[in-house]
Amino acid sequence: MENLIVSSSPHIHSRATTRNIMRDVVIALLPATVAAIVLFGFKAALMIAVCVASAILSEFFFSLIAKKKQTIGDLSAVVTGLLLALNLSTKVELWQCMLGSMFAIIIVKCVFGGLGKNFANPAITGRIFLVIAFGAVAGGAHTVFTPEISAGATPLEIIKSGSGTLPSLFNMLIGNRGGAIGETCAIALIIGFVYLLCRKVISWHIPVVFVGTVFVLSLIVKQDLTIALYEVLGGGLLIGAIFMATDYVTSPMGRLAKVIFAFGCGVITVLIRFWGSYPEGVSFAILFMNILSPYIEKIHIIKPLGGIKNVKK
Amino acid sequence: MFGIRYIGNTHIPHFKRTASLASIDLPTPKSVLVPMLQHIGAPAAPIVQPGDTVEIGQKIAEAAGYVSSPIYAPICGTVDKFEEYLRPDGRKVQAIRINWNGEVKFHHSVQPKDIYSLDDLITAARESGVVGLGGAGFPLAVKLDVLRKNAIDTVILNGAECEPYITSDTRTMIDRADDVRQGVELLIRTAPAVKKYIIGIEKNKPEAIKTMRETFKDLSCVTVKALPQRYPQGAEKVLIYNTVRRVVPEGKLPSDVNVLVLNITSMAVLAKYCRTGMPLVRKSVTLDGSAVASPKNIKAPIGTSIKEIIEFGGGTTGEVGKILLGGPMMGSAVASADEPITKTTGAITILSKEDVQLPNETSCIHCGRCAEACPHLLKPLLYSNSLELTDKEEKMKILDKNKIMLCVECGSCSFVCPAGRPLVLNNKIAKSEYRAYTEEMKKKGGM
Ligand code: SF4
Ligand code: SF4
Repeated sequence: MENLIVSSSPHIHSRATTRNIMRDVVIALLPATVAAIVLFGFKAALMIAVCVASAILSEFFFSLIAKKKQTIGDLSAVVTGLLLALNLSTKVELWQCMLGSMFAIIIVKCVFGGLGKNFANPAITGRIFLVIAFGAVAGGAHTVFTPEISAGATPLEIIKSGSGTLPSLFNMLIGNRGGAIGETCAIALIIGFVYLLCRKVISWHIPVVFVGTVFVLSLIVKQDLTIALYEVLGGGLLIGAIFMATDYVTSPMGRLAKVIFAFGCGVITVLIRFWGSYPEGVSFAILFMNILSPYIEKIHIIKPLGGIKNVKK
Repeated sequence: MFGIRYIGNTHIPHFKRTASLASIDLPTPKSVLVPMLQHIGAPAAPIVQPGDTVEIGQKIAEAAGYVSSPIYAPICGTVDKFEEYLRPDGRKVQAIRINWNGEVKFHHSVQPKDIYSLDDLITAARESGVVGLGGAGFPLAVKLDVLRKNAIDTVILNGAECEPYITSDTRTMIDRADDVRQGVELLIRTAPAVKKYIIGIEKNKPEAIKTMRETFKDLSCVTVKALPQRYPQGAEKVLIYNTVRRVVPEGKLPSDVNVLVLNITSMAVLAKYCRTGMPLVRKSVTLDGSAVASPKNIKAPIGTSIKEIIEFGGGTTGEVGKILLGGPMMGSAVASADEPITKTTGAITILSKEDVQLPNETSCIHCGRCAEACPHLLKPLLYSNSLELTDKEEKMKILDKNKIMLCVECGSCSFVCPAGRPLVLNNKIAKSEYRAYTEEMKKKGGM
């Protein structure tokens, strides 16, 4: 019994680590990843590989050059790369995928000081960068099961332009529709959501309020239940609400703050979809609320147990 | 949706492997080292000299002030010498070394005490040497003193025992139910203003709950409340909220909301003192942890070295990383196994090398787990973040606004943090900086 370690309490720790949390997110994304490859074929697999690999390598070389502690082990770069790939359509070139991934990791995350210091979600910002730099990235692609060109338009584009035929609701659920490779299969995304809830990685507040807000507002604006359902299942709402708006770093803590944050995301999404120039508004909505997140957190102060109001001095 | 029914939010492992094991007695050790400070307050003043012969229960040190507590000889023998003892918190105090002379004899002062009034009870509490056995070591007499005001309407007996491994209070409730009952009866007799007695026990101790319900079946003023097993259920303010829904404001005491919280074992020991006159000289400790060969509850004289208890208990297995006085959440790590157990020791926890590896510290991912785990609904991440600031005023403003002083150092936040940040340690640092700052401000007359 020599060499006893003496350090401050507590002396035990839970098994949750950043790495385990990120691993859970990757596992939750697996159904959507598999669906993407099945629905959109070999190109989808290549895109995923390129995005993930360039995300990891960007972080690795950044840390190396900036002489920082190597952090790729926390798996957050894998999550970013995978999410970015799943948010792009097969119309995007592989070199563009690589560029988006590098932008997300280096400019949005590493330059601000790495994981935890970034103010916006890297995958979302990477996608927006590609939207702005190279035009539409979600539309124009069709699944291997419906080769007709007209099926390439996303349901949201069809609703917005008023021309073309909407896929059946069944096809919407299994993901047989145009869109980004990972956003189409609603069932796969919901399986991931349930997994994250069971593992207590996220709480239900943000996804449910976000999706609920979009649904209710669409119903009010369009007065049509079917359209409202397409608004929920079409576009990137599910993947955004489940996997990107729930990002710890860029969403507020506290249940009420989370609800306000998600409500804001929903409102902006609907505004852009119905009145904006883009057919899809989920990414912009999340990015905007990311920026507001610290302020929302400040508005909603949880009163400490036994805390008394500070007397103005 | 936003309401909270019970506070205290952390699931930690229980490991209550010793819950079904009654304490076994340690044979009298060859020598004991009795520190003069085993409580909060002033160290006791020795009244024996080296060379004196003492008997079990003989007073060897007198309480030195109102907040202090007398100390009694735990074994028969000769006072060898006065030594310097370094407490785990870094304070140096005097300690008396007593060598056993082979006898087991009670001192003649060990006589039953008659209790007729609250004064008698408080005097008995002072003389019994009992201090808060739950950990902090606040003298019991000082706690009972608030009953004089006649304002206290509820007494809560703390049997939550929420730390992993420890089962000594659990065993008190099962093995010494009569003592617990007598303790409560003493209070009922001498403090008529108290309307209600609540015994709070975490749900994971069904046997203790059953025994206590059985014991107090016929006393309508006593309720046994089964509490959810969430850490830190036994923290005073948490327990008060979860049993009577009263919030103790910042900087106030439980007595300000007319509640008194007493450790259940403390009351049992006081009852025994009144009945037999035997002061607090032995302590039942739980010996457990991942590096303990066979977990046990062991009753040993105060001042026995940790090493002796471990050897009697069957030794350790594997590589020992840390030895703790207390449990793994709030206990303090000792530098050597030669250190003695004291009045406040409820457990000796020995953890393997593997278990005490400090987590790799990475940056905060803002996951909110620490805030969710905090029983006082604080935001521990903000304290740690503020320590990185160079602007002192700004730092103090953040600490002040976010109520750093409410932190009870329960350990929950560090336990859950996936980034492995030493949040509790940072809280302690932040607290002492904040304390120094407010002192300074007061001196300047600014506040
Ligand atoms: S801030 Fe203090 S009271 Fe809150 S969980 Fe951490 S140690 Fe416990
Ligand atoms: S638990 Fe750790 S990582 Fe999560 S918010 Fe608190 S300090 Fe940050």
